[in-house]
Amino acid sequence: MIKEYNTIERIAGPLVFVKNTKNVMYQETVQVKMPDSSIKNGQVLEVTEDTAVIQVFEGTSGIDVKKSKVRFLEETLKLRVSEEMLGRVFSGLGKPIDGGPEIIGEKELDINGSPINPTSRDNPGDFIQTGISAIDGMDTLVRGQKLPIFSGAGLPHNRLAAQIARQATVLGEKEKFAIVFAAMGVTHEEANFFREEFEKTGALEKVVMFLNYADDPAIERIITPRIALTAAEFLAFDKDMQVLVILTDMTNYCEALREISSAREEVPGRRGYPGYMYTNLATIYERAGRIKGKKGSITQLPILSMPDDDKTHPIPDNTGYITEGQIVLSRPMHMAGIYPPIDVRPSLSRLMNHGIGPEKTREDHAGVSNQLYAAYAEGMDKKDLVAVVGEEALTERDRQYLKFADLFEKNFVNQGYEENRPIHETLDIAWGLFKTIPERELKRIDEKHIRKYLKGEKTAEKEKQAKAKKPRK
Amino acid sequence: MENGRIARISGPVIEARGMLGASINEVVRVGREGLIGEVIRLNKDMATIQVYEETSGLMPGEPVEGTGKPLSLELGPGLLGSVYDGIQRPLETVRQKSGDFIARGTEAPALDRKKKWRFKPLAKNGEQVKAGQIIGTVQESKEISHKILVPPHTEGKISDLKEGDFSVEETIAKIDGKPIKLMQEWPVKKKRPYLEKLPPSELLTTGQRVIDFLFPVPKGGTASIPGPFGSGKTVVQQQLAKWADAEIIVYVGCGERGNEMTEVLTQFPKLVDPKTGRPLMERTVLIANTSNMPVAAREASIYTGITIAEYYRDQGFNVALMADSTSRWAEALREVSSRLEEMPGEEGYPAYLGTRLAEFYERAGRVKALSGKIGSVSAIGAVSPPGGDFSEPVTQNTLRTVKVFWGLDSSLSERRHFPSINWLSSYSLYIEQTGKWLAEHVSKGWPKAREKTMALLKKEAELLEVVQIIGPDALPPKERVALEIARMVREDFLQQSAYHEVDTFCPLEKQLGMIETILFLEEQASTLEFPDAKRISELESVQRISRMKALPIGEFKKEMKSVRDRIEIEFAELKKRELLAKKGGGVAK
Repeated sequence: MIKEYNTIERIAGPLVFVKNTKNVMYQETVQVKMPDSSIKNGQVLEVTEDTAVIQVFEGTSGIDVKKSKVRFLEETLKLRVSEEMLGRVFSGLGKPIDGGPEIIGEKELDINGSPINPTSRDNPGDFIQTGISAIDGMDTLVRGQKLPIFSGAGLPHNRLAAQIARQATVLGEKEKFAIVFAAMGVTHEEANFFREEFEKTGALEKVVMFLNYADDPAIERIITPRIALTAAEFLAFDKDMQVLVILTDMTNYCEALREISSAREEVPGRRGYPGYMYTNLATIYERAGRIKGKKGSITQLPILSMPDDDKTHPIPDNTGYITEGQIVLSRPMHMAGIYPPIDVRPSLSRLMNHGIGPEKTREDHAGVSNQLYAAYAEGMDKKDLVAVVGEEALTERDRQYLKFADLFEKNFVNQGYEENRPIHETLDIAWGLFKTIPERELKRIDEKHIRKYLKGEKTAEKEKQAKAKKPRK
Repeated sequence: MENGRIARISGPVIEARGMLGASINEVVRVGREGLIGEVIRLNKDMATIQVYEETSGLMPGEPVEGTGKPLSLELGPGLLGSVYDGIQRPLETVRQKSGDFIARGTEAPALDRKKKWRFKPLAKNGEQVKAGQIIGTVQESKEISHKILVPPHTEGKISDLKEGDFSVEETIAKIDGKPIKLMQEWPVKKKRPYLEKLPPSELLTTGQRVIDFLFPVPKGGTASIPGPFGSGKTVVQQQLAKWADAEIIVYVGCGERGNEMTEVLTQFPKLVDPKTGRPLMERTVLIANTSNMPVAAREASIYTGITIAEYYRDQGFNVALMADSTSRWAEALREVSSRLEEMPGEEGYPAYLGTRLAEFYERAGRVKALSGKIGSVSAIGAVSPPGGDFSEPVTQNTLRTVKVFWGLDSSLSERRHFPSINWLSSYSLYIEQTGKWLAEHVSKGWPKAREKTMALLKKEAELLEVVQIIGPDALPPKERVALEIARMVREDFLQQSAYHEVDTFCPLEKQLGMIETILFLEEQASTLEFPDAKRISELESVQRISRMKALPIGEFKKEMKSVRDRIEIEFAELKKRELLAKKGGGVAK
């Protein structure tokens, strides 16, 4: 029997305190019926023998102590999932907002999910070609990885995410794919941008969107990524799809988390964020991966904006400790007109080594990537030096590196929003750059590969030209 | 405590009333599903309990039952090659029972109950035996002969001792009538007793040049690896787990990535121990608490790991324990502490953080065990400081206890200099002991070569500061050569690829050979009056040195000789030119 209480005692921020409760479950789903009979949803945060603390997702405005009623629904938060979700748009709480019918679920799943047993996980190892040189060449994305984009206000992270979603393919395979898009606190404009992008490429019927707009209640954002991932898990592990999950913007999520924590008067951690933020974020990010014996996979691409471009801020910091690398966007590069403005130095893909090599990309990939990192870092050091001592004081070697760093940004990192570079092209551009530094400096690359790709460059050049002649879509 | 009932639920911490008779650290079963929890505070009949499993869906009024025992492990044959969660549930069995996602409340015994082990007695019937004494052996893997020890707090006359095939629960002997099994239990939070602690002396060979050569750790030593994310903590830990010359490896993945555990699980059975030729998994015990698994079990996972390590130490093995990452463990402490509404210390961590960390690292060491055998536990903990700031409490409290500090540096990892251990800030307080051992077992020249190398690197740091102000062109030629040599040390020696099939493990002999070749070149260069850094960097011998990493030991030895000869020839040539130039009155060109 569903219990209804009119014993609200106190309302503080997003929290409602109810007394004289009985048999309330921890994390039980709750409905608050307001005096005007409208309904708000919530969840039990803490429970004792006779009181319950409830967080209300839609905010507490309008709830009163006297007339509002609270109903405990005797279950934890669940989502009805089905393949019908593809092509649909939902609110941040999973209600359809595209005018279509409710989803008749094949299954009802707990939105918190359960941890994947580490012995059941399959090692991610399939190279995803994004067509973006800085990523494919140096921070390779593989299936089942979680690779966030660390960005800042005003940087083109949305364009980059859309480009990845549009271009991402696994070489030589045609499989069922889907995109799950979860927006937390984004503007209508941003959400529309993604929608139009998906529409343009005809991918819209493969996309499930969960939208919590900037003017939607903040607390709802706690639920949005969990709902999205529940849908993603169903599509990946029940329906054998390759699912790409885009979560944007995780910073808004963390702020909602902080709001609840401070309303509960918890001991704050760094910058007021709760001490358990790491664990909490992990319950989102860890829901990526592959499972042995199943065809599908979940690849996560969370986007977060670093407050004040600070990588050590608790949000990017905790994220970086959980995810398998990060793609860091740089403001100076953006100002210099480079797109995508990926600063490869702090960027990293931890699973790169599983996804590259002779049978996956090309034999020289690992060496080329390492050499690019080393040479670009060296060049950037010289840039700092030039600022102090001037270019004349540099040695010839230093000047070569200086030039290398410039060319690297202009020719390798920089590319068009519509440009989809195959991995071979990416690597060949790198070899072109290596010609500008002495061959003996190429210590990170196998001699065999230097002979083949640097010295036998005529054939590589020809291939490239042949490819360039092919019309692109 | 017959009618313990849940009174309050808040995340992983619950309160229960009607708990009179429960004791601190006692394991209890919570709720109808019987979730595992531990009593951490008592107030009259109210008990505060941390629950090792997800608590959502629990309800006040559900029963809580005591077990009368503290959180304990099952110790016996069958540990090796297993994967456990933080409270020693075998994840492989859990998977068979509850599927690909971990369902809570799943029960599974830590050690296989059905498997029979061949037990060979060593003691004799009628003999007086004491706790910790070896009474027989079981061949656990091809290489590891598992010693069966008299359980703690047990002594007396042994009888009914017999050879045969037993499961871990069957009686293999009796001591004063009390049945003895292959398996014993031990509470995780209590250190196992030993006779005497011995100073560590023997090097724990890791095959990682920057570690073995510059900042070594001995068997029984303690080390910590702090570093910001992306600086390569996990790769270093995994490299140590792969190549350290300990007989047993305990790898604790504490609050880390699920895919990393999978990596270990898929790689280790395929990799071969260079010493024994057996798959690495056969000597490894994995404890996996990924970051999304319950936080209270994370706190337990570190203790679970070190208790298993101590158990093998007591059998006379050298054990190496890797904990990745102790920061997550400290955060678990913090989370539980804040739910208990304890007064927070620095950055919200409880005031007892330092004590707990010290207690953990103190369980490492080289000891004379109760059995009389000598064994060791080396503990190597990763630390993940927020924002990469080493002044935070976990790093600082760790450094107060451990003797080796490998400071990872993101400016190195960003240029893909791996392992990104900063040679200027790192230290090892064991240099003297390991130096002695190395001089005795590898080469007398070792300590001196290390000293010279450190001097070169320090000199480079000084020179680079000058360069930042006046530019490299303004340096005198000798100092430019010094920079060139230091660059060789960094790039051709310290840098080591974990993914290169040969370079991933570098034997001690090769380590010394490599550095001595570079030092020989330096010696030769210092005899020149007007050395030219650019010309030196273009020498054939210099090019060949940079390729030596990739050579297997056999080829390397040949190459080393030939490179030395080449160095002599090339520098003789340079000297000759110098002389000629002097005679001609011009500058060497």
